[in-house]
Amino acid sequence: MNTAVVLLPGLNRDRDMIAALTTITGKAPKTVWQTETSLPDVDLVVIPGGFSFGDYLRCGAIAARAPVMRAVVEAAGRGVPVLGVCNGFQILCEAGLLPGALMRNTTLRFVCREVKLEVVTAETRFTSGYMKGQVIRCPVAHHDGNYFADDETLSQLEGEGRVVFRYAEGTNPNGAVRDIAGIVNAEGNVLGMMPHPENLVESEHGGTDGRAIFESALGLSASLAA
Amino acid sequence: MIKARITVTLKNGVLDPQGKAIEGACRNLGFEGLASVRQGKVFDVEIEGDDRDGAKARLDAMCEKLLANTVIEDYSITLD
Repeated sequence: MNTAVVLLPGLNRDRDMIAALTTITGKAPKTVWQTETSLPDVDLVVIPGGFSFGDYLRCGAIAARAPVMRAVVEAAGRGVPVLGVCNGFQILCEAGLLPGALMRNTTLRFVCREVKLEVVTAETRFTSGYMKGQVIRCPVAHHDGNYFADDETLSQLEGEGRVVFRYAEGTNPNGAVRDIAGIVNAEGNVLGMMPHPENLVESEHGGTDGRAIFESALGLSASLAA
Repeated sequence: MIKARITVTLKNGVLDPQGKAIEGACRNLGFEGLASVRQGKVFDVEIEGDDRDGAKARLDAMCEKLLANTVIEDYSITLD
């Protein structure tokens, strides 16, 4: 079971992601620096969170044009599962792999707290280890998590079952339209989400609610996060 | 040398919380008659040579590919 983590200057959740993937797969992920033009042959590519290139221009905008992203787009096109968390989600949107954009939180405040997420669909390769409608805990830490897309795009996402996570129980921390916290691409192999499942994968974290995302994506025996 | 100014603004209907905050601060300073404030970005770009049509085409492509996110933003280009 091989995984890869994309590294960009200004990310700060890369080590958390590497630790989570190491725990779950029993093997350290391969790391790929932003100037690389190809990816190793892996079962999952992850773009972690942080503030790549200082969020200059727009969050994720510069990173989405880094050389490594051409390789990520190419891998996604071949069906390789790609997960973007937080800044990773912003980068996937800027790179055109996911529709919409992440804007400044409506409160204008950086939010660092735990939210509740509704698993809107268990019929994706990232959520097969959950039950539809299950509500899980997950931390968020961001300034630009306010998901926006036009009405036509939102109808399409909802109609095609591509809204994967919604903020639940009034915990929307950023004003995201229709409480959207995570979406997949039309092919179902690219997931972007603002919350940080990698920070809830070991009992020492105080819960393992995020673990099934990685286990589902990697086809490991899923443990229903309760 | 061709000098260009690119203005990037949020599309109508896209919520601009930063503009709203600036609007509130203007009111706090006592400016009256304020209807609204929207925040945008300005890029001053210099293009080598004197081929204005070619420069315009390149600037358009730069806006589409990087300077503006056309999901949420509009852009305009003026050449000196």
